[in-house]
Amino acid sequence: MNATKENTMQTIDRAEVTQPSDREVQVKRSFKAPQALVYRAYTEPQLVQRWLLGPPGWSMPVCEMDVRVGGRYRWRWRNNDNGAEFGFSGTFREVQPPSRLVHTEAYDPGTVGDDFPRNDAIVTVTFTPDGDRTTVTTLVDFGSKHARDAAVSTGMTDGMEQSYQLLDRLLEQQPRA
Amino acid sequence: MKQDASTRLDATFLALADPTRRAILARLATGEASVTELAEPFSISQPAISKHLKVLERAGLISVGQDAQRRPRRLEGTPLAEATAWLEQYRAAWEANYQRLDGLLEEMQRASPAAKRARQQTKRPKRR
Repeated sequence: MNATKENTMQTIDRAEVTQPSDREVQVKRSFKAPQALVYRAYTEPQLVQRWLLGPPGWSMPVCEMDVRVGGRYRWRWRNNDNGAEFGFSGTFREVQPPSRLVHTEAYDPGTVGDDFPRNDAIVTVTFTPDGDRTTVTTLVDFGSKHARDAAVSTGMTDGMEQSYQLLDRLLEQQPRA
Repeated sequence: MKQDASTRLDATFLALADPTRRAILARLATGEASVTELAEPFSISQPAISKHLKVLERAGLISVGQDAQRRPRRLEGTPLAEATAWLEQYRAAWEANYQRLDGLLEEMQRASPAAKRARQQTKRPKRR
């Protein structure tokens, strides 16, 4: 049979989502910029606010970050159409420029609503130089399988529309026997 | 509902975690097939294939067709669609962010020497 063509060293120019364990989700992506610059884009609020916006139609009216160990951050997004808001906040646990950031992440349901109680997640962001590029790995540890599943279920609520097209695409990418 | 969905997702992700099982699904995407037919292209034994099929069946990814003789397996799209929908939604949200970040980083690099100096100076006030 055809083995998968995965190559750990290849450049990831498209966000790659994996689940390293049953309580974690990991996102990996490579950027054409030096490590120090990518680190800045992740840690200077006025820069973060320009890209950390989520799906189209959302803006980030609040982006406060005190990037030092024990420092707090607060992010809030607003839907431009209906004014719905939600956010994340937490504390920086590790700050190692330009290679590593660890922070807690508490979900603030805002007006979007979510009746699922969950603990803070721990987010570890690693910046790895790779030639003239930088690979960013974001590991979200939800603390328990239950919490991750809660996040998974919540995230699933309105994704069904596109799901069948996605299924088609996924299967197209598989090697045909 | 939520619990059902996440339990099902668990089984789905477990089932998808294996390249042989993914290849079986890809084969079934072209139409139903018997166990013998499924085993053909793979260099592994029929019992091993049967084991994989059991995992896929438990996850609800495949089912057994009408024909009692051939007992063909066929693809069931829903659990796979749910799993990929969530992952793809999650991925798409990140990718949207990352594409904006690509643009920002490019801009920062174009302005690089000046930007470096500016960084040492005063922080600009937050937008909004």
